[in-house]
Parts: sequence; structure tokens; C-alpha cells
Amino acid sequence: MSNEIAVETGRSIDLVEGLPGIVSDWSSDQRAFKRVPWGKAMMWIFLLSDTFIFSCFLLSYMKVRMTTVVPWPNPSEVFALTIGGHHIPLVLIAIMTFILISSSGTMAMAVMFGYRKNKKVTGWLIILTALFGASFVGMQAFEWTKLIVEEGVRPWGNPMGAAQFGACFFMITGFHGFHVSIGVVFLVIMAVKVFRGSLDIGRPGLFTHRPGDYEEIEIMGLYWHFVDLVWVFIFAFFYLW
Amino acid sequence: MSEAEAATMSTSTDASEEHVEGQEHPISTYLWVWLLLFVLSVGSYMVDYIQLQGLLRWSLILIFMFLKAGFIIAIFMHMKWERLALSLAILLPPLVLLVFIGLMSSEANYTFLTRLTFFGGP
Repeated sequence: MSNEIAVETGRSIDLVEGLPGIVSDWSSDQRAFKRVPWGKAMMWIFLLSDTFIFSCFLLSYMKVRMTTVVPWPNPSEVFALTIGGHHIPLVLIAIMTFILISSSGTMAMAVMFGYRKNKKVTGWLIILTALFGASFVGMQAFEWTKLIVEEGVRPWGNPMGAAQFGACFFMITGFHGFHVSIGVVFLVIMAVKVFRGSLDIGRPGLFTHRPGDYEEIEIMGLYWHFVDLVWVFIFAFFYLW
Repeated sequence: MSEAEAATMSTSTDASEEHVEGQEHPISTYLWVWLLLFVLSVGSYMVDYIQLQGLLRWSLILIFMFLKAGFIIAIFMHMKWERLALSLAILLPPLVLLVFIGLMSSEANYTFLTRLTFFGGP
């Protein structure tokens, strides 16, 4: 019996720490990734692949920006807003950045309270995270509308400079906004699961027959933090550079 | 092994499993990192707001970016506490992107020079 448990979870074996631990983990039976739930390792591998997708977008943006002989539109001016008579550069993007960081914080809290089995606090923190995410997408919609209608930015050209600006902008922020939207949908699903106690009784999720557990919130959290992480790079390379 | 013993064993392993596989850290850790991320974001926004230019601007943008990314991955995504077998499997592969960046910037320089030569510069 104890042997069976050791094989199932890889816990009962004393694990080697440090660099030799890499060799022993990778050369061991059944599981290379010890002490993480199966779903968490898979989420990390998905996020690794997503990293390469976003890197391709950012790299193609780097390339067209380096090759254009026409000046690149100044993002600081393009994304400026006049609020109460003050002309503030990049203000909407700054607000969106702070909203996304706030949502990352509430998500981290939700994961923590989830492991403490505090359903009420966890559920509301997830709802709050989803609301932050939804408001982020809302602001992005506002930003797109302003750029398309008022500034005349199109994927094939714009009045401010290099023609590739629009294509890069819509592709990169569009794909990121899509990730945020999907995240919001899954956050709402997760909140429902937490509130009705599905994770306590191990009720299976939508796409799986595997029993649910509070580690699901941490896996969801990984995705959400990744969306924030990608924004850090978009903010630096597209808006600030 | 009696049934009672087996039952005790399975409940005790259930409890220990949650401790080993779930990540539990004090709330203060998260709050400090949260605050730090806000400060770093203010920093990177200020780079644009006070219109720093040139090498200082680019280096500050990159420093703030890598610090923010590092804290999100290490603390919020718990990578700091994972075993090396997982963290290296996830964190090392993106390094090949450096090769990609090198290739694309060399290609971009070539395209730019070609455009200057054949289409005339600004």
C-alpha cells in the first residue's frame, strides 16, 4: 500500500535537492516534475509555448520598426489623452497597466485563500480579478475605437508615420486582449466552482473527468499572471520604446 | 494491515499531499511584491512622463521591465519555490530567443540599408 502511494505521487521518496536533483528528477520513474500537480506542469508548458508566440509578434514588430525609412509614430503622443484640460501622455496605458497589476495581486491573494479553503474570500477575490480584467478589455476597446475612428489608424497605414504601426498595434494588443478576455471567462467559471463548493467535493470540471481541487485556482492564477507578464513586455517595447 | 489502519493512512497522506503540492506563503510576501510592482510601474511610466531620451531611457525601460517580470514569475507564479527540474525546463528554453533577436536585427539592418540604397532615404 505504501509502495503504491509512493509511485502515485512521488512523495514518499526522499528527493535530492540542488543541481543533482535535476538529474535524479529527470531520470526517475513516471514523473519528471516532482511536487507539482500534473495540471500545473502542463499549464507551465502551455505558457512556455505562448511565450514563443508573443515573442514572434514582438520580434516581427522589432523588425518592421528597424527597417522602416519613415519615422515611427510617437506612442507617447498617439496614446495621450486630454483629461480636464490637461494633456497627459500615455495616461490610458498607464491606467491599464495599474489595473492589470492590481488584478495580478488579487489573483495571488485568491490562490492563497483558496489553499486555506476560505471559499467566500477566494470567490470574491476571483470575481474582483475578473472585474479588473473586464475593465482592462473595456479600456482597450475604447483605445482601439479612438485610434480607428479619430486617428484614422488602419492595419495598412496611418496619417502619423510608418504604415506598419497599425498592423503591429492591432496584432499585438489584439492577441493580448484576446488572452485577457479568455481569462475573464475562465475566472468567472472558477468563481462559480469555488462558491458552490465544487472544489471541496472534487467535482470534475468542464473538460475533464479528473476531480477538481484548490490547485485549480493556482493553475488559473498561472495563466492570469502570464497575461500580466506579457503586458509588462508589450508596455516596455511597444508603448515606451 | 487492518481496514482502520488503511483508513488512517489514506487520510494522513491526503492531508500531507496538500501541503507538499500546494504553495502556501504568508500574505505579507504577496503584499510586498504587489507594492513593489506598483512602484516599478510608476517608475517605468515616469521614464516616459519626464521624457528621458537616449541610452538612459532604454536602459531604464529594460531594467524596470526585467524587474517586474522577475518578481511576477518568481513570487506570484511561485517559480522561486519550485524544484530546479521544472524551473529550468521552463526558464531556459526562452533563451534561444536571443539567437532569434540576433538574426532578426541583422536581417533588419540589411533590409534598412537596401531600402536606403534603392528607394532613397528620408
